[in-house]
Amino acid sequence: MDSPDVLLQMRDICKIFPGNVALDNASLEVRRGEVHALVGQNGAGKSTMIKILTGAYQRDGGSILFDGRAVAFRSPADAQHNGISTIYQEINLVPLRSVAENIMLGKEPTRLGMIDWRKMNATAGELLRHVGIEVDVTRPLAEFNIAIQQMVAIARAVSFKSQLVVMDEPTSSLDDQEVETLFDTIRRLKANGVAVIFISHRLDELFAICDRVTIMRDGKTIETRDVKNIRKLELVSRMLGREIGEVQRGATSFTRAGERTAGETILEVEGVESDTILRNVSLDVRQGEIIGLAGLLGAGRTETARAIFGADPITAGEIRLKGKLLRMGSPANAIKAGIGYCSEDRKAEGIVPELSVADNMVLAALPHISRNGLVSAEKRRQIVEEFVRVLGIKTSSPDQPIRELSGGNQQKVLLARWLCLHPELLILDEPTRGIDVGAKGEIQKIVSQLAENGVGVLMITSEIEELTEGSDRVFVMRDGASVAELTEGEISQGAIMTAMAAEAGSHSAEGEGAGAQGAVV
Amino acid sequence: MTAPAKEQQAKRPGRDLLRYGLLGGQSRLVFLILIGVFALGSIVFGSTFYGAYNLKTMLVYNSMFAFMALGVTFVIITGGIDLSISSVAVLSSMLAAWFSRFGLLPALFLTVLIATLIGLFNGWMVGKLGIQPFIATLITFMAARGLALIAPKIFAIYLPALFPNVPIEFWNANVADYSIGIDRTKNFQSITGEIWGIPIPIIMIVVAYAIGAIVLGYSRFGRHTLAVGGNEEASRLMGLPVVRIKMAVYAISGGMAGLAGVILASRSGTALPTEAVGWELQAISAVVVGGTLLTGGQGSVVATLFGVLLLGLVFNILNFINAGGFSLTVYWQSVVRGVFLFLVVLLQSPWSTHRNRPSRNSQRPGSVSHGNSPNASGS
Amino acid sequence: MLVVFNIIRIHNLISNTPTFIERGTVNVEYARALQQALSVNLTQVATIVIVGVGMTLVVATGGIDLSVGAVMAIAGQIAPLIFLGPIADRFGMGVANFLALTVPIAVAAGFGLMNGLMVTKLRFQPIIATLVVFIGGRGIAQVLTNGYLQPFKNPSFQYIALGRPLGIPTQVYIMFAVVLLALFLVRRTAFGRYVLAIGGNERAARLAGVPVGRVKTLVYVISGALAGIAGLIVVAINAASDANLNGMNMELDAIAATAVGGTPLTGGHANIVGTLLGALLIQLVRYSLISIGVPYEFALVVNAFIILLAVYFQRQRAA
Repeated sequence: MDSPDVLLQMRDICKIFPGNVALDNASLEVRRGEVHALVGQNGAGKSTMIKILTGAYQRDGGSILFDGRAVAFRSPADAQHNGISTIYQEINLVPLRSVAENIMLGKEPTRLGMIDWRKMNATAGELLRHVGIEVDVTRPLAEFNIAIQQMVAIARAVSFKSQLVVMDEPTSSLDDQEVETLFDTIRRLKANGVAVIFISHRLDELFAICDRVTIMRDGKTIETRDVKNIRKLELVSRMLGREIGEVQRGATSFTRAGERTAGETILEVEGVESDTILRNVSLDVRQGEIIGLAGLLGAGRTETARAIFGADPITAGEIRLKGKLLRMGSPANAIKAGIGYCSEDRKAEGIVPELSVADNMVLAALPHISRNGLVSAEKRRQIVEEFVRVLGIKTSSPDQPIRELSGGNQQKVLLARWLCLHPELLILDEPTRGIDVGAKGEIQKIVSQLAENGVGVLMITSEIEELTEGSDRVFVMRDGASVAELTEGEISQGAIMTAMAAEAGSHSAEGEGAGAQGAVV
Repeated sequence: MTAPAKEQQAKRPGRDLLRYGLLGGQSRLVFLILIGVFALGSIVFGSTFYGAYNLKTMLVYNSMFAFMALGVTFVIITGGIDLSISSVAVLSSMLAAWFSRFGLLPALFLTVLIATLIGLFNGWMVGKLGIQPFIATLITFMAARGLALIAPKIFAIYLPALFPNVPIEFWNANVADYSIGIDRTKNFQSITGEIWGIPIPIIMIVVAYAIGAIVLGYSRFGRHTLAVGGNEEASRLMGLPVVRIKMAVYAISGGMAGLAGVILASRSGTALPTEAVGWELQAISAVVVGGTLLTGGQGSVVATLFGVLLLGLVFNILNFINAGGFSLTVYWQSVVRGVFLFLVVLLQSPWSTHRNRPSRNSQRPGSVSHGNSPNASGS
Repeated sequence: MLVVFNIIRIHNLISNTPTFIERGTVNVEYARALQQALSVNLTQVATIVIVGVGMTLVVATGGIDLSVGAVMAIAGQIAPLIFLGPIADRFGMGVANFLALTVPIAVAAGFGLMNGLMVTKLRFQPIIATLVVFIGGRGIAQVLTNGYLQPFKNPSFQYIALGRPLGIPTQVYIMFAVVLLALFLVRRTAFGRYVLAIGGNERAARLAGVPVGRVKTLVYVISGALAGIAGLIVVAINAASDANLNGMNMELDAIAATAVGGTPLTGGHANIVGTLLGALLIQLVRYSLISIGVPYEFALVVNAFIILLAVYFQRQRAA
């Protein structure tokens, strides 16, 4: 034990998934009674770290000391019984059951083998008061808002006498007032000596409530700092792995063969809101442009893409394609209007795993290559051959099931799905995530060529070089709104990070961390 | 946001009972409709309807559905379904008839035991093998009916051929009418007799439903069953023995179907494999009409009883109408049942509920969070 | 599910042919019975295959159709109502027969449409949506004639089952036509790709612009129409329409044929030829058992076991 107040010590944790090292000697140290932030970009390894801690995954290497003992939990339930509780982003409780039951599930007080409801409700009420709220514990959980549901989960954690509570993006669906309630509860926990691991992408909150922060990147722990001693911009740059002002050319394969001149405006998005998390998004895309859409995770980039594509309804604002108001509400209509969309989640929303490469490629083009419902084998073959060749898709045969391809080749097939439609606007959501370096470069080249051919590209990416080197303009989003537009000369890592990190005016956070404001370049 | 501290309801156990085991909104409605239908029938048809004879006959007949519905309520609460209950019931009736020579209690015990084991087999397929409940119980549905059909032949032909020394009466089966007879020298049929003028099946129903309501409302098993149906993943994360709970509910469902089979055999006096056809749908309809959610996680035992009684009364009245000379045939019953089911499911469907539920509770399909839940079941 | 009456009927039919076990020797009668069993086998399998093909398409989208048996009964009940009724008197037998062959199929497709709309618009689970028609549908069929049998003699109508062009029963032609059409549909048309894409990954399909609702609705319509055809064939074979028996348990046989044929019940694949072979296999096992003296009823148990095996191996492969 390094010092008596260390509660959790995770050392040199390794986790290897097939074809992917998720954690590479990552470490984490949490002290008793502190609120410890765990930050990092998508894929940095935060979730894997937490899952190993709580027993959802088993580690391939390293050690965990908890409360002075070496531990290896078999399941989250096991971890909970030993004093580590997790509050998940999607509340993992039973909505139809009462608040009291959700708190006491699995250890209901009984008398003569029958549940003692009176005692159970009283105990549950007591536990809730402990975390700072009073509600009718006999009502079903579903009747309460997310914040209260989170309190219930926390009360459950308290009931297990947890010494450590892990909160995985607890604030992602809370409004400001609800966040305050949650913070009050966290402060109570802290006062009672309970440690909290707090995962959030909202930096303001992190500075408002956390004592220390551990930054992770690419499966490694970068460093652990006192929140007091780190500036927000510095934190972002550490997360992204870029020094401020560092110039690093040629990290990507975006090309500018000819003069890329922006043509007429294709897409205009104005003041779009949705009942997901969008509140005031405005941006525009012109022909032959690559528009970068930047923002931290949870800023609303994917939601914006889905709204444009008609996959999610919007509640306010306008989306215009070539000046014509889009009223579509379905991807099918968006496609007809000339839009293509590659989802960030290839597996869940991109490929149809059991179908062949060819079938996946022509899926969206079927109306164009069939007559009277009959697919023209010839046209299908032409398309498939052309794009397998042009994009360099490595497949043993077009009839090979797509699930057998590597991530990069799957992504190329999905790109081809849209390219063969000759779209006017292509929305790419993290097009190079989770694929190897070689394929990454090829995809970046393809995207550049598209723009040169006059396609408007809206590219969501978390890789800062893709923004600085690939984009003609960059829109930055934060907390569901577009907050900055950077044009050709203004695009730099510093500017992007500044816009990503800056505090939202409506979202001013009190607390010890607020000193970071004004540290912006 | 935060509701001001309401006075805890815990001080009023009566309210508790209503809240936790018995009555939800739909159940109350069903209860009122039940009263209404009964009143209507009484007014139109008079004492032939509300008289003891009709009511007793109706209730004893429906006691079989009541047992099956009670068991399948637990299954449906976990989000599953048990299509095998009618087959298990008819197989049980044949077993009960054969065991009747040992007297009522051994016959009852052995039959229910075997039926429970069949149910456990369902639970094993669903819980351990991960086969969809509908397919798993369909398999048992076919197999149990097949066994019931073949049973008379086994007893009348194959076993006597195998054991020529055993007197043929011992096997007690009749291939001519495809039945297994009941030993009338023993007290087996007293299970459908009466105590103080009340048919025993009715007493059994009251007791079974009381126990069922207590189990669902006041036992850990019952509450955990509701939790598993409400959110299986969360239940697993909270450390509930999900597989064991699933196996248990199917076992209960099998056992209850076994009880229905015992009563079936006793009522008919001889066990025929052609009985109980379509009863699983009758039972499931009753459960749904009572207000138990087909998607699981919400349900009530007493509501199921109301559902059984309501369907029973409605069809009883249909029979009266027929007797009255109207040409409303027995076939309308299944049409009525289909419409009934449609309306009830419509009430429960996302189509009718999604607009008045707070949208914040629904998961946002667009925001894909990093990493899925650890135990997400592979397809 | 009135399995039983059907079984008993067949049981009687079979026990009327001399049984072999009592004689202990294989003889001429055995051979005759076997031949008879096999020909029963092929004609019986036709309706299972026809309905099974529809079921396979529904299952390929990740759904299920329990209503096929009830829809068969409805279609079978309507046909004699047409050619035994006033239409035949007024417009002649030709028109009546034409209508008797088309209207029931259209009505059956209509019930399929109802299933499809319940699944896509009202968002019922497929098993529940089709359960509604399963329960109510047979009642409707029975109500049409008050549950009475409609015996008839109408050779031109019955040609769909009893005709023997080139010595092969017409229904076998229909069966192969349906199989070939479905194969064509799955392999060559956009609709077929859509079906598989929806069953394989519905979210991805929607984002690729696949008209998910329309495609799903259409597979239920097809399943309904095919059930209608099968219902007509059954009626034509029996020279009588019997709402109590027509299509009884057909949903079980069709699901069994689909599962045994290698179409996973989780969707994304449609093995049409597999369904044909699955139906043949099930019937073959059933009649082989009968022909060696195993009681017919036991076939149900064997059937159940075959499905269990099929589903189990499907899961193994998926894992």
